[in-house]
Amino acid sequence: MHELSVIASLFDTLLEQARAHNARAVTRVTLAVGVLAGVVPELLESAFDIYKKGTIAEGATLVVERRPFQVRCRACGAVETREDFVFACPACGAADLEIVQGTELILERIEAETADP
Amino acid sequence: MTKKDIIVLQDLLLSNAQAAAAIRAELEGRGILAVNLMSSPGAGKTTLLERIADRLRGRLKIAVIEGDIETERDAERIRAKGVPAWQITTGGACHLEAKMVGKILPLVPPDTAILFIENVGNLVCPASYDLGERLRLVLLSTPEGDDKPKKYPKAFTTAQALVLTKADLLPVLPFDVAKVKAEALDLNPRLEVFITSAVTGEGLDDLLAYLERAGEEVRRRA
Repeated sequence: MHELSVIASLFDTLLEQARAHNARAVTRVTLAVGVLAGVVPELLESAFDIYKKGTIAEGATLVVERRPFQVRCRACGAVETREDFVFACPACGAADLEIVQGTELILERIEAETADP
Repeated sequence: MTKKDIIVLQDLLLSNAQAAAAIRAELEGRGILAVNLMSSPGAGKTTLLERIADRLRGRLKIAVIEGDIETERDAERIRAKGVPAWQITTGGACHLEAKMVGKILPLVPPDTAILFIENVGNLVCPASYDLGERLRLVLLSTPEGDDKPKKYPKAFTTAQALVLTKADLLPVLPFDVAKVKAEALDLNPRLEVFITSAVTGEGLDDLLAYLERAGEEVRRRA
């Protein structure tokens, strides 16, 4: 339910980047969102649509790329994509896993129309 | 007019992470242990803090930052125990962010040993925001049910300790302590588990000993 805070933070970076690249309009924004990031893609899209009004990104689409949940076993080094939250290594049974992917919330790319060559 | 693809790769929680890192550095430099309390509304965070205040009175100085959507009620309850407390009302936001906590830091008395930060009652969003704490405690009260850890995994995977509260109600509730412990440890094998009751006092000594040890370590390193 904190999608609006996330989108506010996204716009800080987006507007800064748009200025730095002399953008006339932002047309597409791509986010990488881990399944454990604690945000709902549909709510991010709604928040984005509210926030973009009157900005350089007014006509932009938000693309949310989901990143699966991956763990690495500290005991045997096996890396595995998980569907559930059972924290035991399927390779060696150790319960000592670290999350290597799935919690990220990253602004990956911005597609913009620019006057620059 | 040309189309341009700008590669950004900016972590959207980075500004919070930076603010949290600054808070951690400041507090640990001052020898203060910061503890972030997270739970659903009504799990007993404020009541636990009241009991802790009673037991540490005259022994160890504590201070409390209270996060809520509205009202000063929780801060007033803590102040009534003679403990400095500041209320952050988020006005709707479902979690505390590091910058909100940062504004309170200059007010925290220098002789404070433990600074408790009681997050907004919510088992979901607070887990995504580092507040610069050393310890994160997730509380789960027995009336909430024993199926919670796997339904709200992030709170349990990012915490150092699980505090089961309202253990005095266990005789009348279908709540399986062993199941909760097993589920929580599945999610986070390093989790410390405390079974407590603010009514009978069960488990509070163990929890306090754990907090005092952590506080001692922070002071030693400062």
